[in-house]
Amino acid sequence: MRTVLVGVGNELRGDDAVGLRLVELLRPSVPRGVGIFTCDQEPSRLIESFDGADAAVVVDALEPAGAPGAVRRLDASDAALESRSLRSSTHAFGVADTIELARALGRLPRRTVVFGVEGADFTAGFGLSVPVREALGAAAAAILHELEEMTCTSRR
Amino acid sequence: MAERRTIRTDYLARVEGEGALTVVFEDGHVEDVELRIFEPPRFFEAFLRGRGFAEAPDITARICGICPVAYQTSAVNALESLCGVEVPEPIRILRRLLYCGEWIESHALHVYMLHAPDFLGYDGAIELARDAPDAVTRGLALKRTGNDVMTLIGGREIHPVNVRVGGFYRAPTRRELRTLVEPLERAREAALQTVRWVSEFDFPDRDVECELVALVHPDDYPLERGRIASTLGLDIAAAEYDEQFVEEHVARSNALHSHRRGGGTYLCGPLARFALNESRLSPVAREAAREAGLDGPCRNPFRSIVVRSVELVYACDEALRLVDAYEEPETAAVPVTPAAGTGYGVSEAPRGLLYHRYRLDGDGTIAHAKIVPPTSQNQVAIEEDLRALVEAHAALPDEELRALCEQSIRNYDPCISCATHFLSLQVLR
Repeated sequence: MRTVLVGVGNELRGDDAVGLRLVELLRPSVPRGVGIFTCDQEPSRLIESFDGADAAVVVDALEPAGAPGAVRRLDASDAALESRSLRSSTHAFGVADTIELARALGRLPRRTVVFGVEGADFTAGFGLSVPVREALGAAAAAILHELEEMTCTSRR
Repeated sequence: MAERRTIRTDYLARVEGEGALTVVFEDGHVEDVELRIFEPPRFFEAFLRGRGFAEAPDITARICGICPVAYQTSAVNALESLCGVEVPEPIRILRRLLYCGEWIESHALHVYMLHAPDFLGYDGAIELARDAPDAVTRGLALKRTGNDVMTLIGGREIHPVNVRVGGFYRAPTRRELRTLVEPLERAREAALQTVRWVSEFDFPDRDVECELVALVHPDDYPLERGRIASTLGLDIAAAEYDEQFVEEHVARSNALHSHRRGGGTYLCGPLARFALNESRLSPVAREAAREAGLDGPCRNPFRSIVVRSVELVYACDEALRLVDAYEEPETAAVPVTPAAGTGYGVSEAPRGLLYHRYRLDGDGTIAHAKIVPPTSQNQVAIEEDLRALVEAHAALPDEELRALCEQSIRNYDPCISCATHFLSLQVLR
C-alpha cells in the first residue's frame, strides 16, 4: 500500500507555485512512507508519480474566483473533476485532464484527492500573493490530515 | 444587407499556452483572421539585463517547461561565440544528446497528446486513451525516455541546471550514458511505430507556399548548430539574422510578428528542417520517411505530424549514436573570459529556429538581450495559412470550421508560452 503527495505548478508564475511551496513545507512532516513529487503541469510526469500508489493527494492552484487564498478539497476518486477551476494555462493539459487521462489508462490511484488553493496573481514572476501566503498554514494542515487518514486507512 | 459572421474560440485547447483566434466573415468572404497572443511584458529579456553572462543559460531555460534545452543552447552558442570559445567535441556531443532528449519529449507530447486526437476524431487525449490505451501509453513511454535523457545529462528534466557557458557543471561518465541504450532502443522502435501509425491518418490537401527557414550543417540534421538557410537560397550566420529578419509590433498581439526584411512570410519548424535537410537524416529515419510517403520537401502543414514522427525516429537513433561516440572529456567545461560586444546564437528548438542575441559589458554583465522564439517567427505564416484555409472551407458550419482551424493551428505546435511567455483561441462569423 502506497500513498503519494504531488505538488503541481510553475514557480515562475506567481501563485501558480502554491502547490510546489506546500509540498516543500510539508516535506519534513508527512507520514513515513509517503512518496513526494513535484511537477509542472505535464501529463506523463503526474501520471508517473501515481504509479504503484493506492492513494494520492495532488496540490495545485485554482483559478481566481473572488476568494483568493480559499482552500478547496476535491475528491477525484470516483468522478471527474470540473476542469475549469483548476489551472490549465501554461501547458496543454491541466491537472483535471491528466487525472482523467490516468483514469482512462487505468493508472489513477483508488483514492485521489486534489487540494486547490485559489490564486490571485498568475503573472510572470516569483513569489506568492499575500492572501495565498496567508493560506499556506491552513492548506498544509488540511493536506497533512488527509495524508494521515490515507496512510492509516491503507495500513488497516 | 451585408451579412457579418464571426467565429471565435476563446480558449485554444491543446496548444502549449493560451491564445485566441478570431475569424471574421463579411458577405461570405474572409474579412480578417487574427491569431491573438497575450504576452506579459517581455519579462525574460528585461530580467536578463544587469545579470552576469554566466546566468543566461539558467535564466532562459525557465522560459519554457517544454523546450528549456533550446533556450540554454541558443544562449550558450551566442555567449561562447562572442567570447571566442569553441567547446571540445565531447561537450558538443553531450549538448546534442541533451537536445535529442528534448526533441523526443516535446515531439512525443505533441504527436500523441495534442495532435493525434484531431486526426482520429477525438476531443482530446483522454477520449483517445479510452479507445486506444496502447497508443497513448506508447506516447507517454516515448516521452518518458526523452525526459530520462534530459535528467541524466541536464541534471533535472523540467529546467535543466547542468548546462553552463563553456560546457557543463558535470560531465556524465560513459557508463552512466550506457544506461540510456536500452530505453533508447525501445524508444526508437516506438518511434518507428509512431511513423506507421500517423502515416495512415487522413490529411486534408493543403500547401503552404512561403519560404521555409531552418538551420543547415554539412555534417548532420540540425539541432544545436548550423547556418540559417532557406528554400529561397538564404545562407547566413547567426550574426546576420537581424539583417534578414525583422520583428514588428502588431496592435492586437503582445507577441512581436516576424518577417523577412522586405516583407516576405517565412516558416520554420519540422517542415522547413525536413525540406532543407532530408538527406542528412540517418538511414533508419530516412527509410521511415519514405515508407510514410515523405520523399522530398513536404509543404502540407497537416503532414507535419508525420515529419515530427520521423524526427522522433531520428532523435532516438542519433541519441544512440551519440551515446556510443561519447568519450569522457578531461574537463566538463572550458574557461570563458567575458568579452565586451554582441554575441549571436541559434539552434533548432522542436518548434523551429530559436535566435538569441546578447550585448555584454567588458565585465560580463548583460547590457541587452533579444530572444526570438519559433512561435513568434511562425505567427504570420500561421495566420496566412488560416486565412487561405478558411476561404477554401467557408461553406462549412461554424463548429466544423472551428475544429479545422484548431487542428491547423496545432499543425504548427505553437508554444505560446514561449512566444508570449502565455496563449487562449477564438473564431467569429
